[in-house]
Amino acid sequence: MSEQFEPTIIGFTCNWCSYRAADLAGTARLKYPPNIRLIRLMCSGRLDPTFVMKAFANGADGVMITGCHPGECHYLEQNYKALRRYQLLRRTLADFGIEPERIKLVWASASEGVKFAAETTKLVEEVRALGPLDWPNYESNEYSRLQAEPVKEAA
Amino acid sequence: MSEKIGVYVCHCGTNIAGTVDVEQVANWAAGRLKERGVVIARDYKFMCSSLGQELVEKDIKELGLTRVVVAACSPHLHERTFRTACQRAGLNPYLCELVSIREQVSWVTTDKEAATTKAEAVISGGVERVALNESLEPLIVPVEADTLVVGGGIAGIQASLEIADAGFQVHLVEREPSIGGHMAQFDKTFPTLDCAACILTPKMVDVGGHPNITMHTWSEVEKVDGFVGNFTVTIRKKARYVNTDSCTGCGICWEKCPKKVVDNVYEAGLGTRKAVYTPFPQAVPKYPVIDVENCIYFKTGKCKACQIFCPTEPNSIDFEQKDELIEINVGNIILATGYDLFDPHRIPQYNYGKLDNVFTSLEFERMCNASGPTSGKIVLRDGKTPPKAVGIIHCVGSRDKNYNEYCSSICCMQSLKFAHLVMERTDAEVYNFYIDIRAAFKGYEEFYQRILEEGGHFVRGKVAEVTDAARFPGEEGKLIVQVEDTLIGKQRRIPLDMVVLSAAIEPRYDAKEVGKQFGIACGASGWYIERHPKLDPVATMTDGIFIAGCVQGPKDIPATVSQGAAAAARVLGRIQQGEIALEPIRASINETQCSGCRICNDLCPFNAILFHEDEMVSEINPALCQGCGTCVAACPAGAISGTGFSNEQILAQIEGLLLLNVGPEKVKA
Repeated sequence: MSEQFEPTIIGFTCNWCSYRAADLAGTARLKYPPNIRLIRLMCSGRLDPTFVMKAFANGADGVMITGCHPGECHYLEQNYKALRRYQLLRRTLADFGIEPERIKLVWASASEGVKFAAETTKLVEEVRALGPLDWPNYESNEYSRLQAEPVKEAA
Repeated sequence: MSEKIGVYVCHCGTNIAGTVDVEQVANWAAGRLKERGVVIARDYKFMCSSLGQELVEKDIKELGLTRVVVAACSPHLHERTFRTACQRAGLNPYLCELVSIREQVSWVTTDKEAATTKAEAVISGGVERVALNESLEPLIVPVEADTLVVGGGIAGIQASLEIADAGFQVHLVEREPSIGGHMAQFDKTFPTLDCAACILTPKMVDVGGHPNITMHTWSEVEKVDGFVGNFTVTIRKKARYVNTDSCTGCGICWEKCPKKVVDNVYEAGLGTRKAVYTPFPQAVPKYPVIDVENCIYFKTGKCKACQIFCPTEPNSIDFEQKDELIEINVGNIILATGYDLFDPHRIPQYNYGKLDNVFTSLEFERMCNASGPTSGKIVLRDGKTPPKAVGIIHCVGSRDKNYNEYCSSICCMQSLKFAHLVMERTDAEVYNFYIDIRAAFKGYEEFYQRILEEGGHFVRGKVAEVTDAARFPGEEGKLIVQVEDTLIGKQRRIPLDMVVLSAAIEPRYDAKEVGKQFGIACGASGWYIERHPKLDPVATMTDGIFIAGCVQGPKDIPATVSQGAAAAARVLGRIQQGEIALEPIRASINETQCSGCRICNDLCPFNAILFHEDEMVSEINPALCQGCGTCVAACPAGAISGTGFSNEQILAQIEGLLLLNVGPEKVKA
């Protein structure tokens, strides 16, 4: 295995569209980095922001949230609610000192296996560039860093 | 951990085993996940085979497994297989989880080491989740035997007749004064050139006289409450101003009515009707309606010609009639509300509406129809001059990124039919301007060959413009079609007398609102989304709501009739069963934790959440809840739990998936 950093991504998928897009990517034998691990929800509207924080807290470096395209929600409009939560979540993450780029919202219909694979690849590369988040060890890391060097004004 | 979990890793031949070291994965699960409750982990060539399933069943019985994780293909393929196997062995089917290590692992990577690690993580996630799964029982609800069919076109007619003939009651709601839909407007049907009315009107009469069908024409669905098996539907019967109990449909009222109105619906704007009218002579039911917008009495308070001349006793004209709301209970609903024709005004370069002799396909249908405004004569807008050259433009508003990207599927054949009718009834030359000819079904290609042999001209190219600005001799007083003939690679200007625009068929203008009323959604193109595009084209994601005909997507008459019958068959199956089992994935509210904040109330698109004012708590109706879980995620008190997808289950799954990312094992990826 190469020496480069391999991020771990948790992906939340909707049972009706993006999970099927992931299935389709597989059936079509498309290749994308094995760094992503999927969780099936019934709808992107089920996504509790806690899930994302939990993923980071347990060592994920990035999170992908996927759902049906606006207007195509299996449950009529719940993906819009996911969109709202996503926007708030990005802000909250920034407040936590986490790069908002570590989470990404992707609309993928059941037929968009290609898009699913491409977006996954892109996110893995982006998170790779950001480097490890390593939140489980964050406190100790941060503590030792602070001890080693005096606090500077944020750039 | 008190659960006894069995893990079964499938090789799927070499589909999984070729990339994932399944043996290692099974060993890892048995060892590393032992403390998490795994008591046995096996790998097997084909888990879904009967021998594979027996393996699971045997372990449940002999080892007393309380949970099962199968790592194989997508749950959309074999979840049911393994759940049923568990059930056979006496384990509640919902205590079995299928995790995908094929579509999501072995098929999407070539890196064996990474794939094996990922498979381990995925299984670990499944193990953590399944430990928190609960035994669930499907919800059983009774099914009301009556059915509502919305839309009285050929799809709705077919569906109604199928159900009524099987002996069950049907309520057929139609917005217009008569059933028949678009098909009643056509003259001939491709490719056999049967007369549309000759094949449709007998069916309309059957509907009208059927003891099991209650027709609600000139009516609209106002409100839909309830859920599969038990919908309560409110229908608005618009005031007809005609008493249908006494009216005989004799026709004297519309003969005597002094007010002529351009008929934009049935005659597509090409002909007229009276202010009191039936859309066409074979209308079912035969009773007329009074068009309030145009009736002289309703505008000025004078006239009453219809009432004066009405021969029935008592008089059938009733100016005092009011809209009526009726409520019916039905178990299933079939939506067959059809399509709207694309409005070619939206393509300014074709100059429809500005140049007299540019017609839409529907106008041309009416013109060809023997009972239409020109009695079937193909003539210019002046009503008398036969054309010498006719152009038919295909794909107007279809297969065009500016309007609709989809193919309307009927226009090629319809245009060929038009070409045939022009050649049959006039001496005109016919030009078809097409992008591709799509003649895919039975007898269609043969019909295309026939038109070619009859001497129709075919120009392959998208028409750039229809204009009357003459540039060359011979173009004066003509319509000129500017087109690139892509087969010879040249621009052509073809002078014509008449141009017919084969306009796209589009979702009804109000499809979105109507869909919302019934709890179903439109796709990107505006057609209703079917449950599965291939395997379940007439069911929708909302239980008990079926779709048939063009509401699902553009289609021709044979396909529409097939869908009408298919939807009816699905409904009949439901009625015969008498009750239906619903997936138990539902949300429920813990009343003691609910603070009555009502945040969840507005989030539910299915109106499944009730608020009890007296106790200040919300409650979820399990039969209405579809299980999306949006309210679960939104509840600030954590009072709502989602069966099958609880917070605990998902959080545990996240922990499991990331097991390898914490502690000393921290890896690799």
